Amino acid sequence: MESTAKVLQVNHEKCTGCRLCELVCTASHEGVSNPSRSRIRVIKWEAEGLYVPMSCQQCEDAPCLNVCPVKAISRDESLARVMVDDDVCIGCRSCVAVCPFGAMHFDPIDKKVAKCDLCNGDPQCVRFCDMKAVDYVESNEVHLTKKRDAAERLSVAQKEGAALHAQMPGS
Amino acid sequence: MPLNRKVGYVNLSTGEIEVKPISLEIRKKFLGGRGLNAYLLYNNTEQGIDPLGPDNTIMFAGGLLCATLASATSRCDIMAKSPLTNLLGSTNMGGFFTPELAWAGFHHLVVKGKADKPVYLFVHNGEIEIRDAKNVWGKSVTETQWEIRRELRDEEVKCAVCGPAGENLVRYANVMTGIKNSCGRSGMGAVMGSKNLKAVAARGTMDIKIAHPSEALEFNKRFIHQITSAKVNQTMGTLGTAFIWGATNSWGGVRTRNFQYNQCEYADEVEPEALDEICAETMGPYHMTGCFGCQVHCRAQYKIPSGPYAGRYDEGPEYTSQGAFSSEPDCPDAETLLTANHLVDQYGVDNLEIGSLISWAMELYELGIITSKETDGLDLRFGNSEAVIEMIDRICFRKGWLGDTLAEGGIRASEIIGKDSFEYLIQVKGMSNLHSDERSTPGLALNIATASRGSDHLRSRPAIDLYHLPEDVLRRIYSSPVPYDGPLTSEHTSYEGKAWPVFWQENTFMGVDSLGICKYHTTFLGATLPNFEDWSKVLYYNTGLEMTPKEIWDAAERSNAMERLFNLREGLEREDLKKGDMLNHRYFDEPARRGAPDVIGSMLDKDRFRKMIDEFYEYKGLDEAGNFKPETLERLGLDKEPTHLL
Repeated sequence: MESTAKVLQVNHEKCTGCRLCELVCTASHEGVSNPSRSRIRVIKWEAEGLYVPMSCQQCEDAPCLNVCPVKAISRDESLARVMVDDDVCIGCRSCVAVCPFGAMHFDPIDKKVAKCDLCNGDPQCVRFCDMKAVDYVESNEVHLTKKRDAAERLSVAQKEGAALHAQMPGS
Repeated sequence: MPLNRKVGYVNLSTGEIEVKPISLEIRKKFLGGRGLNAYLLYNNTEQGIDPLGPDNTIMFAGGLLCATLASATSRCDIMAKSPLTNLLGSTNMGGFFTPELAWAGFHHLVVKGKADKPVYLFVHNGEIEIRDAKNVWGKSVTETQWEIRRELRDEEVKCAVCGPAGENLVRYANVMTGIKNSCGRSGMGAVMGSKNLKAVAARGTMDIKIAHPSEALEFNKRFIHQITSAKVNQTMGTLGTAFIWGATNSWGGVRTRNFQYNQCEYADEVEPEALDEICAETMGPYHMTGCFGCQVHCRAQYKIPSGPYAGRYDEGPEYTSQGAFSSEPDCPDAETLLTANHLVDQYGVDNLEIGSLISWAMELYELGIITSKETDGLDLRFGNSEAVIEMIDRICFRKGWLGDTLAEGGIRASEIIGKDSFEYLIQVKGMSNLHSDERSTPGLALNIATASRGSDHLRSRPAIDLYHLPEDVLRRIYSSPVPYDGPLTSEHTSYEGKAWPVFWQENTFMGVDSLGICKYHTTFLGATLPNFEDWSKVLYYNTGLEMTPKEIWDAAERSNAMERLFNLREGLEREDLKKGDMLNHRYFDEPARRGAPDVIGSMLDKDRFRKMIDEFYEYKGLDEAGNFKPETLERLGLDKEPTHLL
């Protein structure tokens, strides 16, 4: 079977909202603590206790890549990631505007756009997340994990349904 | 750099704002967080001021390692003179507020005076602004935070706020952030209310440079593993602190019916596993949440399953809420616990204090010391869940005679109620005791009697005492970073060999409160968890500051002495039952009625207990009366305080 590169998988229901991913992202990339520069951000609905880590999806047909007027953005197939060449980037922020996930941001300190580079294959956010709310998995296994989870829910529902049916009068 | 974070002085009476750097000399003496707060409090208040007057000064602070790579570094320390005890007011919370404060350029805020109308502070990238709070005055803890975000049009703003209880000057009102994180002891919310200060809002995008980033990352990975591999933290990450209640109650260490019993019967509904089921049913299989950077995630999420508040979201309930709302008033049903926990979070009041005082009032009611005249007809017998919920409301909004009276705190209330009501009040220095029963654990009893902010389990508790660890393990822990070769014993009922561990833990807790790390990441509850040796390393990697474990210990000891200097200045006397290092008589003359063989029948021996205090004073360099020996202050470099160096 043809092997595919790994992808960042977010399981938001596991996220405890601690934002360690943001801290280690800027510590490893910039040597600082500053979530406003992080490539991964935990978006929160605190009033409901809902937390969703958001990062780059490394799109196959990437809008950021397509819109870049100076071709500073390219795909690196070896790690299945989308990369920005800082030397070419003119800082026009078109990529920030078109990204449907808000994954591309303009770094006000470096004056460059920044995005997730998967830490060259060892994403620090994944390494530090004990809950594995962010995980790094083979791309062709993402759907299988999800299928397994859905199947489990379905089988529980079926068992409960059968039990209910058995209790009905006349059954 | 963490070391370039500033201190902001705000005078709410005049509107003056001043920003100052924190010198390396001050850092090495007091580190940051609680230690430096103690210095600032002593230097910024005069003896005998009214805690609810404009002369009181309230400090908001992050630790020296705030928002850096040292596992959970979000602890916020708040200090002022306490309106509850008239002594040291000091309290600590997690969440996300102080990291935001640090990214905004500050580690400390020092707020004096009183605004002529409700205001809040907005701290943003090196600047401090005083803003009109008319839109949020009167609002609940969470609604205040969400409204400030709407007003500032920024969802990332983090706030420390007081709720309605603080506005109403309930003397044990909280300062809170997020849903549940509470600076919950000694009434700092009332100090905010008295200053017309509804909130401090922070938003920052400034770099905190890590001194040695790759080493700090790698060390943090090991540091976190050390913390999360401890069984106690794994259990805490699954069931929250509620798990402690289950074990303690079955052993016989949970005060029930105020102080009448030490075990709560028929409590199946509030056992940790039962609460966990409610969390799972209402929030799903993953229902734990954590503070900034923390992999322990000790707070459960839930929705109230039934009753008038059904469907409301909250976090907890933690060990303290179980004691305050289940065992002490003897109302061990889940709906009451989860509802009461939600109400105190929304009103912003100390769950421990309010639950204890309601339970005290219940005992007084059953004894006939107060009657239905004082309760306005409310049936305040133990076990009446509806009365607990009703009293929370009455106290926070000062409704009715009893609500208004209990809002004044235990000692003042006992003086208003009169008769022998004080005899039944379970407190030290005017602050109510946690529901844990210390009659069979003299070491833990010494901790609550001598804690600097009044009765408290988070200042010097040698909780690992209960694990019966081998003596050589205890010796390894307690003889570093300063040598100790005196007695140590794993027997928790012993009076010998306990004073040193309390002294050691006092310095440990001060160290960690000054660095800004959570206590669950120290030898508080687990023998293998980090202490001074590890902090020396984590401090160096993150800040570049080279301090030996002994130097961190010294800073902690100095800061603890600073707190005691404040208390002595404000009138602490060793045997004073209202302001001293002494427990209520019930610890010495009422034997425990329930529990395991090592608990039932136990009570403290006053003479032996006094000897423990003598020994503890010796380690602290105090004389027999509890005052500092001159040579101690000289050794710690505190003989010239106040020095006004900052």
